[in-house]
Amino acid sequence: MIIHAPDPVLEVHDLTVSYSRKPVLWGVDFTLPRGSIAGIVGPNGAGKSTLLKTIMGLISPSSGFVRLFGHPLEAVRQRVSYVPQRESVDWDFPVSVLDVVLMGRYGKIGLLRNTGARDKAIALDCLNKVGMASYAERQISQLSGGQQQRVFLARALAQEADIYFMDEPFAGVDAATEQAIISLLREMAGADKTIVVVHHDLQSARDYFGWILLLNMHLVAAGPTGEVFTEERIQQAYGGRLSVLAQVGNVMEKRAFPSRER
Amino acid sequence: MQQLIDFLTLADPNVRYVVWGNVLLSASAAMVGAFIVLQKKALIGDAVSHAVLPGICAAFLFSGTKNTALMLMGAFISGWLALIAIDYITSRSKIKKDAAIGLVLSVFFGAGMVMMTFIQQSGNAAQSGLDHFIFGRAATLIGSDLMIFSILAIVLLLAVGLFFKAFALVAFDRAFAEALGYPVRKLDLLLTSLTVLAVVTGITSVGVVLMAAMLVTPAAAARYWTDNLKHMVAISVAFGVFAGLTGAFISYTAPSMPTGPWMVVVSSAVAFLSFFFAPKKGIVPRWYNQRKNQRIIAEENTLKMFYHLGEQDNRFDDGRTLADLVKTREVNENVLKAALRRLVANGLLYDREKQWALTKTGYLRAARVVRLHRLWELYLTQYMDIASDHVHDDAETIEHIITPELERELEHQLGYPDRDPHDTKIPKLQTNGHKENR
Repeated sequence: MIIHAPDPVLEVHDLTVSYSRKPVLWGVDFTLPRGSIAGIVGPNGAGKSTLLKTIMGLISPSSGFVRLFGHPLEAVRQRVSYVPQRESVDWDFPVSVLDVVLMGRYGKIGLLRNTGARDKAIALDCLNKVGMASYAERQISQLSGGQQQRVFLARALAQEADIYFMDEPFAGVDAATEQAIISLLREMAGADKTIVVVHHDLQSARDYFGWILLLNMHLVAAGPTGEVFTEERIQQAYGGRLSVLAQVGNVMEKRAFPSRER
Repeated sequence: MQQLIDFLTLADPNVRYVVWGNVLLSASAAMVGAFIVLQKKALIGDAVSHAVLPGICAAFLFSGTKNTALMLMGAFISGWLALIAIDYITSRSKIKKDAAIGLVLSVFFGAGMVMMTFIQQSGNAAQSGLDHFIFGRAATLIGSDLMIFSILAIVLLLAVGLFFKAFALVAFDRAFAEALGYPVRKLDLLLTSLTVLAVVTGITSVGVVLMAAMLVTPAAAARYWTDNLKHMVAISVAFGVFAGLTGAFISYTAPSMPTGPWMVVVSSAVAFLSFFFAPKKGIVPRWYNQRKNQRIIAEENTLKMFYHLGEQDNRFDDGRTLADLVKTREVNENVLKAALRRLVANGLLYDREKQWALTKTGYLRAARVVRLHRLWELYLTQYMDIASDHVHDDAETIEHIITPELERELEHQLGYPDRDPHDTKIPKLQTNGHKENR
């Protein structure tokens, strides 16, 4: 069941994504309303991160398209923020916490200019919002997992975007950080920002998200949490009923078959 | 000595060329190298430095002379082709990147050696000295070369300066850079081109093979000295320049000495020293720190012995013999004696003819360690639900590292207790606790 949003900020239209010809996402099609906190939920290997990366243009889809605020990504990049998985970077890199948050300003200032006093003030303010102001000069290798995630969040805030895509921001963080993050997300949603979060914990998903996307290689359900996040649909997403889909993907990879007829 | 003065005053124009040439090339190589190391592409530098050889030979075959500009161009092109070949192999075949690099490196270098041998046997008089391009010879630098090097070095300096922020971002978080709309592929292309350029500037003086070391070693050494990216690049450049100057000086005093290998030896020595002696990150300071911790543990454990003996007979001021002390816990006697000596020297113990007794500060310190031990045991049983007979070993370590702030917090959370899980008294340290606790 896919419930569409009227006047959506994000429209994903019939998206199919393949890794070396093996489709990992089939015909994903949904919309999101403004000011929602949406959770992408599904089992391991369901393609949650892949969906996020495709929306961010890091992976090109085999077919379908994505529109943000009614435009292609390229036209509205300044209004879009991406928070990669915490483990995706080398936390032994020789930069300070403030340096990382300043990276959030890089999109606004462009390729060649340097960050200025105003950018620094914004970055410090964002660090303050995630409760990390006293860590500004710390080298990033000295941070705990929860602190690393807060720094990533501060960097996203520094982008001053309208829609935020976060890949597993709750993975491996302490309970205090998880609470701090969710209340910050709620505050942002209150200010009409839209937030899309990849999440793997079914228990908390119901509390955290107003909109749910249940994913397992295809979109099982999408819509307001109360309407679509039912026991039956969760079973459908987590049950092993899609083994045929995975096998067809394997065959396509083996025979180097295109995912769409030309 | 006179040689050193001659060298440093740059009186001889030949020396001037060699010195400036080496400084420029090692500085620019070290600067680009810092980003190569951070992007974990050190092997690429190695591949490029080997792959420029066929380009040099091809340029010679084409022109029949050792024209520096032409050879640099040849080197640049073949270095570039190697990078494209590596990229192509990795993306279009099942061969992984490391194997592709190894493959391209050896194929290109092999082809270069074949061409070199062919040239040397061709009887062309101009070919003499072409082999210097393999291991380098700074003495062959002349004024017009210096001009070319200066231009290349300035190009490198400007490019790295201009794209510093972008290179750092791509090295740290590639996906984020891409999501910001940064031209990540083009920046990669730029950095690899700069790598090739940096290698190419070194061919006359360091030689192609060893240029890889001048790219990677100063940067790897610099990483040991700082956690700040800008400082790291600056230190890397400083190390590179030092190696370049020393190499030039050695080859100036002993003209038969090749410059390149000496530069590499010097910069390896710098890396070696950094690896062992850099503060905080070096092996020796880390080892020293561990040793210091071991000493603190031994000293505090010794003080605890006195406290435990004092608890048994309620006489904390009494002198204790070595035999008394050994009875309280298993301990290496030499370690114990050394700890006793240090404690006496630091005024924590009195030495009374084969007997030792706590001084006032010694008593306070001993009581504090015992107190931390018991507080931690209590914390483990109350907050972590660990059985009271399992908490001792853990507390043995933790007692040495709890800070006064943590101590206060611990006490607060436990509700200012006075008995530990084994129902022994937790010593209190109020003013003048020494006398009150008797």
